[in-house]
Amino acid sequence: MSQTVFAPWEDPDEKPLIRFQNVTKRFGEFTAIYDLTLDIFEKEFFALLGPSGCGKTTMMRMLAGFESVTEGRIELAGADIGPVPPNERAVNMMFQSYALFPHISIWENIAFGLRRDKKSKAEIEARVEEMLKLVRLEKFAHRKPHQISGGQRQRVALARSLAKAPKLLLLDEPLGALDKKLRQETQFELMDIQETTGTTFVIVTHDQEEAMTVASRVAVMDEGRVIQVATPAAIYEYPNSVYVADFIGDVNIIEGLASASGPEEYALNWKEGQAPLTATSQKPFSEGQKAHLAIRPEKIRISTERPDDTVNAMQGKVLDIAYLGNLSTYHVELPDGQVIKAQTANTRRIARRNITWEDPVWISWSATAGVMLDQ
Amino acid sequence: MKRMSWFNVTALTLGFAFLYLPMLVLVIYSFNASKLVTVWAGFSTKWYGTLFQNEAFLDAAWVTVKVAVISSTFATILGTMAAYVLVRGGRFMGRTLFSGMIYAPLVMPEVITGLSLLLLFIGIGLDRGVLTIVLAHTTFSMCYVSVVVSSRLVTFDRSLEEAALDLGSTNWEAFRLVTLPIIAPAVISGWLLAFTLSLDDLVIASFTSGPSATTLPIKIFSAVRLGVSPEINALSTIMILIVTVGVVTASLVTKRNAIRAQNDAQAAERAAN
Repeated sequence: MSQTVFAPWEDPDEKPLIRFQNVTKRFGEFTAIYDLTLDIFEKEFFALLGPSGCGKTTMMRMLAGFESVTEGRIELAGADIGPVPPNERAVNMMFQSYALFPHISIWENIAFGLRRDKKSKAEIEARVEEMLKLVRLEKFAHRKPHQISGGQRQRVALARSLAKAPKLLLLDEPLGALDKKLRQETQFELMDIQETTGTTFVIVTHDQEEAMTVASRVAVMDEGRVIQVATPAAIYEYPNSVYVADFIGDVNIIEGLASASGPEEYALNWKEGQAPLTATSQKPFSEGQKAHLAIRPEKIRISTERPDDTVNAMQGKVLDIAYLGNLSTYHVELPDGQVIKAQTANTRRIARRNITWEDPVWISWSATAGVMLDQ
Repeated sequence: MKRMSWFNVTALTLGFAFLYLPMLVLVIYSFNASKLVTVWAGFSTKWYGTLFQNEAFLDAAWVTVKVAVISSTFATILGTMAAYVLVRGGRFMGRTLFSGMIYAPLVMPEVITGLSLLLLFIGIGLDRGVLTIVLAHTTFSMCYVSVVVSSRLVTFDRSLEEAALDLGSTNWEAFRLVTLPIIAPAVISGWLLAFTLSLDDLVIASFTSGPSATTLPIKIFSAVRLGVSPEINALSTIMILIVTVGVVTASLVTKRNAIRAQNDAQAAERAAN
């Protein structure tokens, strides 16, 4: 049985659930969002990722209805939601601070939205019980929010925002207040819940690991603009700019001038008197165009002798070693002072490893290991 | 327990003496058997007895309580509404003017407030009585309520209201079901403050009261002008007692809530670990 990969964004016939059309948002003189166009599809787990102040929270608040759009329009299931007030949108939000109502019980918190819809008593009871079960908090139903722990509060907030079965759930830094271990567990829980309920999730986060873990697609934002929208793997392996490459994970950037050396292959003259580097690129570069070669540290090999089978090799000396247990990152200084990071998996025990500080080493990588970027 | 230095003991004694000696003298003399206020002639509670047969005092006390309850309730409603608009309303036309004007009566001399109200009531031909005192007290005490409530609203987490809207409530529902219950302690404090202010106001009440209605402070003040009687001492002692009970109860309730919240938080912390 073959399973189809979930990728509605590749299907031209698929109608997006949310459509940002040339959306601009200004606060007085300050422009928070510049001419943004973006489609989000049903059942997606979509992450808005960026540093603070990049406009990701503004986008979420526009979806929830707490901010108006200055120019352009936002469609939800084909209809413009601009004139719809927040309490009439089929969109619910999980707040960063959780915003649980402190004066009523967990049960009543979850029932709050259902009561506003004038649902029958039996219906409300059934739905609240279902939600409590989903987030495994049946035992705490009659406690007040300040009588439970932070992780439990987070789950109550999730249950409350899912209770009305919204078309779209917005999550504003949902795991920001949890410690690292709990955060990782909760990420998987979120993914499970997203799959079980089939709700479209849009999550705002500044934590790239979190975005990569949970999301089907990630939009990397900077200063009110979306820089790249792609799957986590594509964002990591094929960033479209130095900004994205640098924001997601660790990367080495080598600047130089490109010149064609074969079909989809370029020689990068990165330093006078040094052999040019070879890299492939589907994106064409003109002769002498400035290019940045971005290579992830784990794609660089480190050895004591020059490897024969490689196209790109440089000599340097070990400046620093960051031992992370499962991995070690070597900071290798080239003769011109530039530092290149190379990462290896520690598959052998420590005594068997032979590279140490100040050692002269060779670093090498293949032609396809890096990505050539023009900006 | 650590022994206090002589300096601290002196400071404490002086402070307490300064604050409470006058009241203590008043309380002691309310149990004086003599009709002469300054001559001690043995212990007696007879002045409390005569006080409760004095129709004029009882009437004035009833008017005072009635005025205080009604005016502080109106002041709380108006003051809370004003505070909500000032804190939450954003930048509407005339906001600065309005916020300046709502605090103006706080610093306005009472004589002027009283006089201007008197002129207004005469101007519109309103007979002075309970109604005019209620209106006057509402006017000046709503500013105090508004100050108390707005200082609470400033620290109120806005996302709670947004969450209520997000879950489908109207603005009014969000206020009634979420904001109001949470800021209730501040609203109650505002009410108590307005109640106290109304209870002991002399200046404004004397401008706006008429022959049909006299409040207790006015009654006491005019009685004292004819000479202090032990009856007045007894009345004052009762007022001190009522105020003390009120303040102690309020602070006990606050303290108990704080302790309970702390215990709950600790229990939750333990349960999480």
